[in-house]
Amino acid sequence: MAFLQIRHIVKQFDEVFAVDDVSLDIAQGEIFALLGSSGCGKSTLLRMLAGFETPTSGQIVLGGQDIVGLAPYDRPINMMFQSYALFPHLNVWDNIAFGLRRDGMSKPDIAQRVDEMLEMVQLKPYAKRKPHQLSGGQQQRVALARSLAKRPRLLLLDEPLGALDAKLRQRTQLELVHIIQRVGVTCVMVTHDQEEAMTMATRIGVMSEGKILQIGRPEEIYETPNCRFVADFIGTVNLFKGQVSVDEPDHVVIDSPECRHYVSHGITGTLGMEVDVAVRPEKMGLQAAAPLASERESAAEVGHNQVQGEITDIAYLGSLTTYHVRLASGLVLKVTQTNAARHAGVPLVSGDAVWVWWDGTDIVVLTR
Amino acid sequence: MSATALARWGSRTLIGVPMLFLIAFFLLPFLVVFKISVSEMDTVFFRDVLAWADGLVTIKINFANYFSLAQDGLYLGTYIRSLGYAAMTALICLLIAYPFAYCIARSPADKRPALLMMVMLPFWTSFLLRIYAWKILLADSGVFNQLLLVLGVIAEPIKMMNTPFSLILGMVYCYIPFMILPLYATLVKMDLSLLEAALDLGATPAQAFWRITVPLSKSGIIAGSMLVFIPCVGEFVIPELLGGPQTLMIGRVLWDEFFGNNDWPMAAAVAVVMVLLIIVPLALFNKHQAEANAKAAA
Repeated sequence: MAFLQIRHIVKQFDEVFAVDDVSLDIAQGEIFALLGSSGCGKSTLLRMLAGFETPTSGQIVLGGQDIVGLAPYDRPINMMFQSYALFPHLNVWDNIAFGLRRDGMSKPDIAQRVDEMLEMVQLKPYAKRKPHQLSGGQQQRVALARSLAKRPRLLLLDEPLGALDAKLRQRTQLELVHIIQRVGVTCVMVTHDQEEAMTMATRIGVMSEGKILQIGRPEEIYETPNCRFVADFIGTVNLFKGQVSVDEPDHVVIDSPECRHYVSHGITGTLGMEVDVAVRPEKMGLQAAAPLASERESAAEVGHNQVQGEITDIAYLGSLTTYHVRLASGLVLKVTQTNAARHAGVPLVSGDAVWVWWDGTDIVVLTR
Repeated sequence: MSATALARWGSRTLIGVPMLFLIAFFLLPFLVVFKISVSEMDTVFFRDVLAWADGLVTIKINFANYFSLAQDGLYLGTYIRSLGYAAMTALICLLIAYPFAYCIARSPADKRPALLMMVMLPFWTSFLLRIYAWKILLADSGVFNQLLLVLGVIAEPIKMMNTPFSLILGMVYCYIPFMILPLYATLVKMDLSLLEAALDLGATPAQAFWRITVPLSKSGIIAGSMLVFIPCVGEFVIPELLGGPQTLMIGRVLWDEFFGNNDWPMAAAVAVVMVLLIIVPLALFNKHQAEANAKAAA
């Protein structure tokens, strides 16, 4: 039985379903990320775990115990707030000790635990500082130490790095993961930043309009999205509308206005079904001449999975270059190429006519 | 002029203007009052400290008034009583105003302006009228006594008027908006996620209130208490109308010295001591605060 079980949780505000029948199992020691744009219900779900909101219906079972009826202060769960919510009138030491004092722990035990926490987040010299005398990164570490001090069974992180600047965020992501893994606490985090979710989480649940659309490891979510929303939300994707014209167990062919797609795996669909064909920009090739048969994965693909277009924009990003290619149908594809060689061949420029092609194995077929 | 010099000049002007105002309208008048307090009475007028006669400049500083203030039990007792009643008023105001301000601050944002308006509504009626209304309510044959008699709670009227009770009631009634408003101002801007954090860390709602809400509203508590306490110490009208013989306060003594005895130097001395009684604790408190802040910053 899973450590944390969320069973058919519904939260209704007036007529709106903020969380709509969500069920979720989280194993002990996992770092689970709820990913979605603002207003998708991820924060409401987190607040129900913390006890700040009461579900309209459903069960939350932690280690075999239904915790829905428990007040926040009776739950073995601690949360790190998005704004950190450090007590401004208490210094770092007292902030971390706050929860321990409420538990009636003895003074020497509190002192030992607080010192241990300060050591862990490397803030020992700052124990006597007030929160406003710390930098954003230091405040974040105090908030983490405070939420871990009581050794909770479940740690909740609400946009844990949202308040930090980009450079610091990247460094802190892994630091945070290392600390959580060292402590061994099960963790549910909420974020709108897919990079943060992919870097930190063992599994991700993508949420939209109160529902979880897909749950999986970061690479599963990215490589095999199960719907248009997930494919579009995680990273960048090129989508073609099409219709299944050949449906065999080992391959299918999808006709779209731009080209015929040869998909080298079977799909659960029927002939003539309307589908979306999704291809990631980095999985596409780009060249001035039509791709040769020898370049294709199989003979069957020749003449498929290729389109002609004109480069309209080039975004040079250092390690990558993103080309915007406009097709005759008006569809604009995004194609990224790694800049592995320093000065490679004749560079493509805006206005060039090019061929874009991709392999049948890289196609994800999304049912509508 | 460089930009920084200009900025420094600008900030000096900004600080300087109110400073000049305070010097002209507070410090100088206070010095005048102090000068009067150390002059000598000469029949019905007081003599100037500085005298010029026959080419001789004489400066006569007379501290006799201060000595009599310190020695005369009447003055001493009145000071202590004034401070006591003012402190009592501030405390009662705080106890009533805190839940009041708390509820307003936690009510829906669109209802708050109306609730605040209701706090200030009494100001729309004349202050004297409202105090006189209390006289009618509290009199031996007043509304309260009649009501209690009819209900059979009491057998004969309770004496409420012209007692410390009526005095403190009147002062609390008049000054409570000055306690509610600063408390509201600090409570309304409090970050509510701090309370959630406290609950999350195992504090019960009561513990969260005492450990988080109250300490964070300290500035409002201090500001409100000062706004009530300071004017109450020198209050004249309310003790005059609602108080009695046992509630002689320093405002009344001041009045008597000025207009009854026509002893301006004595009256000035009473006023100076009153100002010092209020300012010295305030200054000590400020110094303590500044030191605590500096210690925290170190």
